[in-house]
Amino acid sequence: MNIAAKTNVLNLSEEEFVYPGNRACSGCGLSILYRIGLKALGRDCIFVVPPSCLTVMQGLYPIAASQMPILNGTFASTAAIATGVRAAMKRLGKKTQVVAWAGDGGTADIGIQALSGALERNEDIIYICYDNEAYMNTGVQRSGTTPQGSLTTTTPYSGKKEQGKNLPDIVAAHNPAYIATCSASYPLDFHDKLIKAKEISGLKYIHIQTPCPPGWGCEEQMTVKIGKAAIDCGLFDLFEIENGKKQLSEPSKKLLKKEKLDSVRHYLSMQTRFKALSEEQIVVMQERIDKKWDGYRQEFGAG
Amino acid sequence: MSEKLIDSGNNAAAMAVQLAAAEVIAAYPITPQTPLTEKLSELIAAGEMDAEYVAVESEHSALGVCIGAASAGVRAFTATSSNGLLYMSEQLHWAAGARLPMVMCVVNRGIGAPWSVWNDHQDAMSQRDAGWIQLFAKDHQEIVDITLKAFRLAELVHIPVMVNYDGYYLSHTYMPFELPDAAVVKEFLPAYEYAHALDPQKPESLNTVTLPDSRNDINGVKQPGYMDIRHNLHQEMRLAMDVLEEIDADYQQRFGRGGTPIIDPYCCEDADYIVVAMGTLANQFRDVVDRLRQEDGLKVGVLALQIYRPFPTAKIAEALQSAKGVMVYEKGLSYGNQGALYADLKSALYPYPARPQLHNFIVGLGGRDIRTEDLCQTLKSACLQDDLSSPEQTDTPQWIGLQL
Repeated sequence: MNIAAKTNVLNLSEEEFVYPGNRACSGCGLSILYRIGLKALGRDCIFVVPPSCLTVMQGLYPIAASQMPILNGTFASTAAIATGVRAAMKRLGKKTQVVAWAGDGGTADIGIQALSGALERNEDIIYICYDNEAYMNTGVQRSGTTPQGSLTTTTPYSGKKEQGKNLPDIVAAHNPAYIATCSASYPLDFHDKLIKAKEISGLKYIHIQTPCPPGWGCEEQMTVKIGKAAIDCGLFDLFEIENGKKQLSEPSKKLLKKEKLDSVRHYLSMQTRFKALSEEQIVVMQERIDKKWDGYRQEFGAG
Repeated sequence: MSEKLIDSGNNAAAMAVQLAAAEVIAAYPITPQTPLTEKLSELIAAGEMDAEYVAVESEHSALGVCIGAASAGVRAFTATSSNGLLYMSEQLHWAAGARLPMVMCVVNRGIGAPWSVWNDHQDAMSQRDAGWIQLFAKDHQEIVDITLKAFRLAELVHIPVMVNYDGYYLSHTYMPFELPDAAVVKEFLPAYEYAHALDPQKPESLNTVTLPDSRNDINGVKQPGYMDIRHNLHQEMRLAMDVLEEIDADYQQRFGRGGTPIIDPYCCEDADYIVVAMGTLANQFRDVVDRLRQEDGLKVGVLALQIYRPFPTAKIAEALQSAKGVMVYEKGLSYGNQGALYADLKSALYPYPARPQLHNFIVGLGGRDIRTEDLCQTLKSACLQDDLSSPEQTDTPQWIGLQL
């Protein structure tokens, strides 16, 4: 995709698919993504959604917050249900895009078996995981992607002991047609990656870091700033993997030119969930980031 | 043209699904259902059946695929056995609550632990409260006929239907049966149309979070709450028995077989003692009945229950209330209580003044051989001792064929 074709606030579609006044918390990263994502996906879509914040955000019967056809399904079977809808569309001769949209719990934990199956079968669907790094809908319990040291209601006092799962890597091991990482702080990057994904056949996986003010412990106006800080310090990277080839996206790619990245401390200090981190843990975290970026510089040069 | 064949029960089921023109099939292999799944994938791969076969990674996903396909307005089918059915359990409740018409063959098998691949009915029994219609076949012909009727029933009442048949006794044995003419089946079972199919032109949000109380929609029209929706499922499931009888009458007219879609009595008209059983066990009892009538002059009969959920309370009560004794033989139970079928039957008869003496027998768990001799002996002794038994004695299930 060339730079000129990129969506900006001036050429972003003005058509809205999400009604105002939905049940998202204020400052919700997911609500930014949902609004912008639906603009990219357009009307000819069917959504499959497991229990998640999105279930609640989309409205309680008989009121809906979105104008899309939505199939709510069981927690563990998002990718399987999407497979069934896709198979039905094939039978009906429709090109309608089937979009599975789940949280990190529904993707990395309880839903990983169905996702792995759909990846292996290379189902022609878009699978979006909005990763707010804990079970937020049930009140901030640890998930497989919760970062090490993070406080949750099931990892109180000293934080989660284990490192979070790297979902994009797990997905990449299945070698699907397209993988992208996104951030709620760069919704237009998400928009354009969806536009691209729509044109690719096979399974398209999009993983989005999604700041959550009540879960991460920050003011609700900080959502975008925190997401950007995660990228600027090199902790969370925006990239695409097409046909096995990884490429950094602009917000991360431009960091290759920097002599030294922002310290991870700044990102961590913006959220109360990391207040139990010890000095040693922060040093280890910084070392991991530095090592990863040494690798990136070798792999991609100076961008 | 209809066709006369000799083939296995699993292949009979597969050919019925082919005739029913199911369009999305998702299944995970499990003994003894596996050959059914293999046959369907073979038919599709050979171009003899026009459908999508999704080789899923689990039973939970198999029913997930069917839920997706049926919600999008396409006829879906799956099949399983035993622990596979239990692994689907959440999805069973979901498909019923979502009122999705679909059909699943359950090739009945005992549940682990310990592992058993052999037949009993505990798998189907364990799912009796999931909101599925549960039908039971006694032979290969019934597998074909019931499966075809099941699709039409599911689509008319918007409730998923489970077609049960005994693992190995039917799944792997070869029997003659008639396969109906495809063109007539097409008339009997018109194309599936679902009013609430997922459609971007007419967007609906399905299975949304629903509050305890009814609530107005944006037009000010009151819409049901969770309890109202569930009440509808119950009411319409009760009515499904009438619908099944109508479907059966139509089927009988077209194909010449039918008349007993709810209960199938054998020698019950003048019977003092009636056996109630499901599946192949009911057929085995026909020999027992013949023998006891001939050799012992006992007026016995057997009533095959063809539908377990919804439970045909009135029909059962009518058929049994004038009998002196009713003997329920079953291949499953509610652990710590009694046979599930026995308990249901007892509750069906309770409101009637002339209540027969009831006996409960547990047989054939995990494929334990069910000897016709044992059935004869136990039935005969229950008939003869009937008046002498205390209520507590008869109300305690007797296990037949225990070896230790």
